[in-house]
Amino acid sequence: MSRDLDDLYQSVILDHNKTPRNFHELPPPASHADGHNPLCGDRLTVWVDLEGDTVKDVAFLGNGCAISKASASMMTAAVKGKSRAEAMALADEFQKLVTGKLEGAAERKALGKLQALAGVSEYPVRVKCASLAWHTLKAAIAGAAEPVSTE
Amino acid sequence: MSATTAPLPRSPAAPLDVASIRRDFPILGSRVNGRPLVYLDNAATAQRPLVVIDAVRRSMAEENANIHRGVHYLSERATLEYDAVREEARAFLNAPASHEVIFVRGTTEGINLVAQSYGRSTLKPGDEILLTTMEHHSNIVPWQIVAGQTGAVVRAIPITDAGEVDLDAYRKLLGPRTRIVGVVHISNALGTINPVAEMTRLAHDAGAVVVVDGAQAAPHMPVDVQALGCDFYACSGHKMFGPTGVGLLWGRTALLESMPPWQGGGDMIHTVSFAGTTFAPLPAKFEAGTPAIAEVIGLGAAIRYIRSVGFEAIGAWEHELLVRATEAVRAVPGIRLVGTAREKAGVLSFTLEGVHPHDLGTILDADGVAIRAGHHCAQPVMDRFGVHATARASFAFYNTFDEIDVLVRGLHRAREVFA
Repeated sequence: MSRDLDDLYQSVILDHNKTPRNFHELPPPASHADGHNPLCGDRLTVWVDLEGDTVKDVAFLGNGCAISKASASMMTAAVKGKSRAEAMALADEFQKLVTGKLEGAAERKALGKLQALAGVSEYPVRVKCASLAWHTLKAAIAGAAEPVSTE
Repeated sequence: MSATTAPLPRSPAAPLDVASIRRDFPILGSRVNGRPLVYLDNAATAQRPLVVIDAVRRSMAEENANIHRGVHYLSERATLEYDAVREEARAFLNAPASHEVIFVRGTTEGINLVAQSYGRSTLKPGDEILLTTMEHHSNIVPWQIVAGQTGAVVRAIPITDAGEVDLDAYRKLLGPRTRIVGVVHISNALGTINPVAEMTRLAHDAGAVVVVDGAQAAPHMPVDVQALGCDFYACSGHKMFGPTGVGLLWGRTALLESMPPWQGGGDMIHTVSFAGTTFAPLPAKFEAGTPAIAEVIGLGAAIRYIRSVGFEAIGAWEHELLVRATEAVRAVPGIRLVGTAREKAGVLSFTLEGVHPHDLGTILDADGVAIRAGHHCAQPVMDRFGVHATARASFAFYNTFDEIDVLVRGLHRAREVFA
């Protein structure tokens, strides 16, 4: 085992955990979705305000570990201003990042600051923590009515 | 056993040689993430001593055959070994008769059996099932299912801020509609040892039967179902240093005989024809299909092992571990203990300010320390204490003071990481 805690709990992650960005509700007409990780009880809600095809604003609230909170916080910063399709594609790329399936350096680089969460791929049981916010974002964009679950 | 009083004196006649005991458990010598394993997740599952591993291996390697069927040598051997465990289990629980001991998959299946057989055949609309707020989901959900099937109602018995059953509230909840009381002997999330005998007496005065979840109690304290006075008692092999996939359900003969079979199949029948089937007497009536033969035999070895160590020595040492750990963990800034009952077993549930239990679990794991983080399949307990999750260290008699020190160092390290 060569896992290093410092790779997982990088300072940027600890910072987002302590001071999460966009940590509030959005008023209607923003749509929202609830995410739930039933295994650990983590819950969060993601709001998305779409203007045409553009993610004009995005925010979240919830309870969870540092990984899930930081992931949600960094996600809101990453998808703001993106088109709907770009946000969805980024969610897929992010999933590859945290499951260790991202191929080349170029793909990694395209994820920008989100790369800080790459360390999660060394901790299989923590992948769900990182992906909960992104699953929930996709549901919010799709206008899903049912809560999404990582199970 | 109280976490706040002085340690009980160790019995000089039966001191626990922890170093020697640890050598009985092969896994305790292993390393995790480059560090010696510190296994503090015993409430989730306990480790197995070599005698258990060997018993399972021997059963599979030397005596494997189906039971109660063949007339050949192997079947005879397997049947003898399997049936002998029932008597060992009877003695372990001090049950009046071995036919009252049913082999099940575990505590969860035992409770589901009682709910679906006894509950479903007796409950009427409006009947009440009382469960303590500190029940594990496995002593809540089976009752919710049978309540949905019968029109019965599940009601929760409140618990205090210390994590003890509110006995006054319990007395008030008991009434002419109460049919079943479900209570956990030792709470997996809080460590509370519940006053099962007293609760049973009160339930019986109200005409209700009592179902006890003994999953956490059976490995850590002597269980005497006759002294408790309860009607059903369930426990799990894997929490008793035995294999997974096997557990015990004890029930009173009169109740078990009055109950319909739960599952149909081989071994539980007397005669079968398409005109109708008659069922086998106890205990076979509740043991349809080929059971977990090697696992039952392994459980027998686990019971013998526990008895050889002795509950007097186990209880004294685990109490010392609890007192030591409680003091040491409580001294870490930002710690909140969840579950401070006067009568407590070796379970320490807590939160650390600013550090989510899952992050704490990962940080401790880097030091080789295995704890549980989460809701412990007891979400109503988490709601009661206003937390989403806790970290839980749970002890067994093979744990040491040094391991508690490693745990506490990890808590300080987590505070530093998240400072």
